[in-house]
Amino acid sequence: MSRIYFDNSATTCVDDEAIDIMTMYHKDLYGNPSSLHRMGVEAEKAVEECRNKIAEMLSVKSKEIYFTSGGTEGNNMLIRGAVEKNKRIGNRIITSKIEHPSVLEVFRYYESQGLDVIYLDVDEYGKIDFKKLEESINGDTILVSIMMINNETGAIQDLKRIGELVKKNSKKTLFHSDCVQSFGKSVIDINSCNLDMLTFSAHKLHGPKGLGGVYIRQGLNLPPLILGGGQESGFRSGTENVASIAGFTKVLQNIDMKSNTDRFVSLKKYFISKVASAVDEVIINSPQRDDFADFIISISLKNVKGEILLHALEKKEIYVSTGSACSSKKNRTSHVLEAINIPRDYIEGTLRVSFSKHNTLNEIDKCIEALAEETSKIRKFTRRK
Amino acid sequence: MQRRYFDYAATTPIDKRVLEVMIPQIENNFGNPSSVYSFGREARKSIDESRDTVARVLNAEPKEIFFTSGGTEADNWAIIGTAFANKNKGNHIITTSIEHHAVLHTCKYLEKHGFEVSYLPVDEYGMVDPEDVRNSIKESTILITVMYANNEIGTIQPIKKIGEIARENDVYFHTDAVQAFGSIEIDVKDLNVDMMSISGHKIYGPKGIGALYIRKGVKIDNLIHGGGQERKKRAGTENTPAIVGFAKACELVTENLKESAEKAIELRDYMIKNILENIDEVRLNGHPTERLPGNVNVSIRYIEGESILLSLDLIGIAASSGSACTSGALDPSHVLLAIGLSHEIAHGSLRFSIGKDTTREEVDFVLEKLPAIIQRLRDMSPLYNS
Repeated sequence: MSRIYFDNSATTCVDDEAIDIMTMYHKDLYGNPSSLHRMGVEAEKAVEECRNKIAEMLSVKSKEIYFTSGGTEGNNMLIRGAVEKNKRIGNRIITSKIEHPSVLEVFRYYESQGLDVIYLDVDEYGKIDFKKLEESINGDTILVSIMMINNETGAIQDLKRIGELVKKNSKKTLFHSDCVQSFGKSVIDINSCNLDMLTFSAHKLHGPKGLGGVYIRQGLNLPPLILGGGQESGFRSGTENVASIAGFTKVLQNIDMKSNTDRFVSLKKYFISKVASAVDEVIINSPQRDDFADFIISISLKNVKGEILLHALEKKEIYVSTGSACSSKKNRTSHVLEAINIPRDYIEGTLRVSFSKHNTLNEIDKCIEALAEETSKIRKFTRRK
Repeated sequence: MQRRYFDYAATTPIDKRVLEVMIPQIENNFGNPSSVYSFGREARKSIDESRDTVARVLNAEPKEIFFTSGGTEADNWAIIGTAFANKNKGNHIITTSIEHHAVLHTCKYLEKHGFEVSYLPVDEYGMVDPEDVRNSIKESTILITVMYANNEIGTIQPIKKIGEIARENDVYFHTDAVQAFGSIEIDVKDLNVDMMSISGHKIYGPKGIGALYIRKGVKIDNLIHGGGQERKKRAGTENTPAIVGFAKACELVTENLKESAEKAIELRDYMIKNILENIDEVRLNGHPTERLPGNVNVSIRYIEGESILLSLDLIGIAASSGSACTSGALDPSHVLLAIGLSHEIAHGSLRFSIGKDTTREEVDFVLEKLPAIIQRLRDMSPLYNS
């Protein structure tokens, strides 16, 4: 396949083995997990197997994992659950300015309902200011929600430090993290981060779309978002998406985090070294540092419209993104890029390249070559005007 | 051991033609529909075409169809979304006592948040009286939600009539059509419904997908906030393969609706007649004629439905003792209690649901085995012996 797919933070291709398993479940093992007969029991077993695998990866108990229809639902249910549960003991909720819309929009909703909402600023690296966070946490604070890896720049927040600050300042404040970009790619240490809740999604790591899940610390007893038949211990009703769950188990079993990380590190290093020599006037928004993900590179090019560049690359079957997929259709600059203060003449020329285990150095060569060529074409045209 | 599946109301096997359209979507068209490059636009196009298909089979407009993660989410969204969006007009909701838990528990939740809910009774056949609906409407009524057909006993409600009453009184009307869709012809315009929930896995489509029909102009809040998908009404990366599969399932299931319903009714009535004739102290639950083509629900005195179920399971027959969602619970079904059954009789209930692949031979196999199983269980039952 000649297609070069560098948009793995938007979504990924599903593992072949997982597709085979999903097909088998659709065709033959189609029972409803709530049914008492053996087809139901088999289906339930498949669901529990996946739950156990996820719990093992996160070093938590299986009953602390709940399946959802995806990352967005997960973020909605946790934030809403935390607010509904604790709104009697306080009305302040805190997040950052660079969260995913599935977090930000829920905060905006609660802002419209009269809650005291704090959106923390970030520095040029996309990191929240710990002092500001500490000042913001008061006796009324019921929730702090900070993503682990930013989907647009790959910036990693220091969740351990944030968790310490949250718990030091207020025992009753719940700490949530949107880990959609990090789950299965980076180690998430729930205990040392003092996390009460986290969200993950399947389609960002070669699992199917329409599936995600959450971790909720045992004993929290949050009210559910979706009510009904009482599946997922009553926390998330609706017939379980068994085929997708079974497929996801295979995906998780196949993960070789060490080998993936090694690949990402070398891809990123190679990309950054190449792009700087191939193109002038480029800012790397995702430096090669420990506090940035190895699989996301955001670059900003001066005097270039990212979207034009994207389409030019697309003609060569190279797929990248201008920001996150969710906001890429809106005709406005990214809230994340604005928050990290990218210079005005660079911000519109931002591209995101995100890797999967299938990407190679050779693909980077082709991508950089095309990028350099198309950038100079676009710049010639822009400058002539 | 050969399996004989009589639990189509719980979930259905996927139609292989549905799987055939889903697999290429998973393998090749995996782009994020929100991505602006061609690869994402192809996914977007698949979703748009699917929306057109779903709209067409329901006689709705494409922009009135919103994909959800399933029937439960659609029910929750319809009820919570309209309740909160219209609370300035009133706080009263009308429903029935035999709804699916996705509706009932959502109504209970709203009761805790300042809403008043009327749970209408049903008659011995599980039928709602439209006049009860009319008489329950008051100044503060903002929503009526009545299921199209009951998942346990199969009774089909007079939805069109209730829709008329709702419209005359300017009250929103939602119907949970998860069980009815695919078994009965549905035309949302003809039915006077404002919102309708449907699900993929009950119609030989995939699990994890459903839709809410929202008539243009209905005022409804979002249930799930975020990235602005589904025209800013339902956030979250679209499940393209499932959406495409769901649309195919909608198309296939409505294509041969008449013949498949006729075939199911024939098997259903044959099964009911035989059970009632050959087993003592058995009653049919639900309406004799106004019932889903594939639904057989009987109460068998002196024994537990679960015991029969497990005995049937041992010989490869998959049936249900109620709805799948409640079959794990020990409480008797709220539906059976609502039609006036005692706890004891409600506990001895059994549901066989017939699907498009069910054969006469399979039915005969059940009819052959069932009397002996029941006799054996009754022989062990202290209730029967006394």
